[in-house]
Amino acid sequence: MTVTFDPSEKDSSSKDEKKKHGHNKSVPELIFGDLWEYDPAPETADPRIRARYDLFIGGRFVAPQAGEYFASINPATEETVTEIALASAADVDSAYVAAQMAYETVWRSMPGRERGKYVYRIARLLQDRAREFAVAESIDGGKPIKESRDFDVPMAAAHFFYHAGWADKLAYVAPGRTVEPIGVVGQVIPWNFPLLMLAWKIAPAIAAGNCVVIKPAETTSATAMKFAELLQEAELPDGVVNIVTGGGETGAALTGHPAARKIAFTGSTEVGKLIMRQLAERGTRMTMELGGKAANVVFEDSPIDQAVEGVVHGIFFNQGHVCCAGSRLLVQESIAEPFIRKLRERMETLRVGNPLDKNTDIGAINSREQLDRICELVESGVTEGAKLYQPSCPLPSRGYFFRPTLFTEVTQSHRIAREEIFGPVLSILTFRTMDEAIEKANNTMYGLSAGVWTDKGSRILRMAAELKAGVVWANTFNKFDPASPFGGYKESGFGREGGRQGLLDYVDLS
Amino acid sequence: MSERIPVIKTPKVYVGGAFIRSESGRTFPVYDSGGQFIANVPQCTRKDLRNAVEAAAKAGPAWSGRTPYNRGQIIYRLAEMLEARADEMTGVLRQFAPAWTSAAEQEVAETVDRLVHYAGWADKYEQVLGSANAVAAPFFNFTLTEPIGVVGIVASDSAPLLGLITQAVAAIVSGNTVVALASESTPYPAITLGEMLATSDLPAGVMNIVTGYRKELTPTFATHTHIRGIDAVATGEDATALRRGAADSVKRVKIRQPDIDWSSDANESVYEIRNFVDFKTVWHPIGA
Repeated sequence: MTVTFDPSEKDSSSKDEKKKHGHNKSVPELIFGDLWEYDPAPETADPRIRARYDLFIGGRFVAPQAGEYFASINPATEETVTEIALASAADVDSAYVAAQMAYETVWRSMPGRERGKYVYRIARLLQDRAREFAVAESIDGGKPIKESRDFDVPMAAAHFFYHAGWADKLAYVAPGRTVEPIGVVGQVIPWNFPLLMLAWKIAPAIAAGNCVVIKPAETTSATAMKFAELLQEAELPDGVVNIVTGGGETGAALTGHPAARKIAFTGSTEVGKLIMRQLAERGTRMTMELGGKAANVVFEDSPIDQAVEGVVHGIFFNQGHVCCAGSRLLVQESIAEPFIRKLRERMETLRVGNPLDKNTDIGAINSREQLDRICELVESGVTEGAKLYQPSCPLPSRGYFFRPTLFTEVTQSHRIAREEIFGPVLSILTFRTMDEAIEKANNTMYGLSAGVWTDKGSRILRMAAELKAGVVWANTFNKFDPASPFGGYKESGFGREGGRQGLLDYVDLS
Repeated sequence: MSERIPVIKTPKVYVGGAFIRSESGRTFPVYDSGGQFIANVPQCTRKDLRNAVEAAAKAGPAWSGRTPYNRGQIIYRLAEMLEARADEMTGVLRQFAPAWTSAAEQEVAETVDRLVHYAGWADKYEQVLGSANAVAAPFFNFTLTEPIGVVGIVASDSAPLLGLITQAVAAIVSGNTVVALASESTPYPAITLGEMLATSDLPAGVMNIVTGYRKELTPTFATHTHIRGIDAVATGEDATALRRGAADSVKRVKIRQPDIDWSSDANESVYEIRNFVDFKTVWHPIGA
């Protein structure tokens, strides 16, 4: 049993600390250890996941032509959640035929204000069934229910609501030019925010008058197929949105299809490059939202407790399965020691476990494959000489779980400082001057996001200008909004999602 | 009295603010529209191209760090320089264009006008492309543009001056720097343009021009990591090779068809500037 909440004991230690650090008034930390157990607080809403899902093509659920299905696993229990249809190239082709038909006969010519009403309907229906979708998302993907409930699902609905309103205002998207929809758009999304990424892709595309063939990630297709039910309820014209499921082969058939007038991809930089090569001959228009290795830069004058919260949220949100995760902490040398100590104390309180428990902070790693990758990279960190720290939290006996992890004594050449881990692993580096911080922060092939923590306004604006990243969070981290353009610099991709800038990537100008 | 023998100019390319030959010493001959030999121009190598990219990369931070107002004035000054030397440039174009004087005059005039058009955008495009975003939480949220860095240009054969300037000025107005491969069939106007750039206020390295063979140089344009965007007049295999190579470093590629009408007003647009900027969104909490 560890009890550190003892005022007298804390007082004496804080005196020592004052001597050591000269500042930073120490507040008693509320660490109760295993003094009390949390009672289980499971979310119990019925996720209404069917035993098997077919493909959604032309407004109907249709069986895959080859009749093949694959299992979708609950990463927290390793049990099968549902069976998902495996789409072949022929299935993908019929999805494009349906999309093209819908585009030419219905969607392109529908007045924007009417099109918008369908998109509004989708937003509302998703809000109505939010709890059910949140539970399904947590079961299928492993993310904590408090995140799927408070972030993924409401934000997905918000994307539809926001873009619905653009449908009859497209003339204002590009001053000086006339905008037209592009046509049929092929979209491929990752497994980290299954429903939210689907919303990011579908909402602007259909609001602008395009039709869609979309493929969710292999391990997280359940909420996409539930979303298809919702499209039927919304009576969205058949073929405007088609959802095909499967793995890499299905994806390649989708991105390589000749009817695709644009490909929108969110995923790893590695696969993004493959798609770029695949489309080199045809010259299909593309937007790419790829990997990241964000630096979260903490200056000595930052509001320390808020910065600790921000750093924790920045890397452990969604098990670190976030392309814009703040996976490199750059902390100013003068405060490194107390800052890292506070970080560790905060990490002690993180609860890893059942994604459906409302108290869970860190859920399950999305798949066995991803867990293996995280383990491999963490091992490389140890082998290359960085110092590992993990809190003592218990892990469930089954399922794919990984302790929140931080590394100190990291150098810029370590793999854990260069490669995207996509897991709850933070690499800590230090700096002395602002120029050094900028140099280190930008020393990566990625440029998706960055964070800066300081109390000084002019420093924030200078850092915001110098950090080569598409999104800069100042004194905050991991904030998203449908009105706020998101996307990367350098090998993190091109094109934006959200806002007027994102919408422009879904129209042709004339 | 004996006839005076004219001094013939040795064509050199304009890289990093200097006039240079190819490091290889290679040249290729150019002929006028009547088949008459005019000069040997440098047949630049991949090494020359890499050096030009280095010059462009070096010039980038200072150029993008200038105020937009200043960049606008410098581009306007470039228009003034070209207008003042319109006769010389018209003469050069006329030598190679199998057309009449009026076509050459028109190309120079349109090039000057295009520069003036983009000079005016320098301190305005941000207000058209950027935004303050109404997010559903107490944050100040805004989106600004930034130049992407070095832009590689493969220029047009059909309008060797107007095409090149149209591609280049849309890139440099936002603070990018440029490495351009001049028209292979008609490189001489770009050589002359280099001499005019040198007397304008455009800082060294902002616009670099090389001459040479497309086949030899386009693979380097495609794969050079420090070139962040490509604007190329290309078809078929050349276009495919550019896009395929660009995948290695995730760079954006704009391909234009050789039959593009460079005179068209469609080439004057804030959306041409948009091709080679990145959008940066910044969040900050609103509070005490």
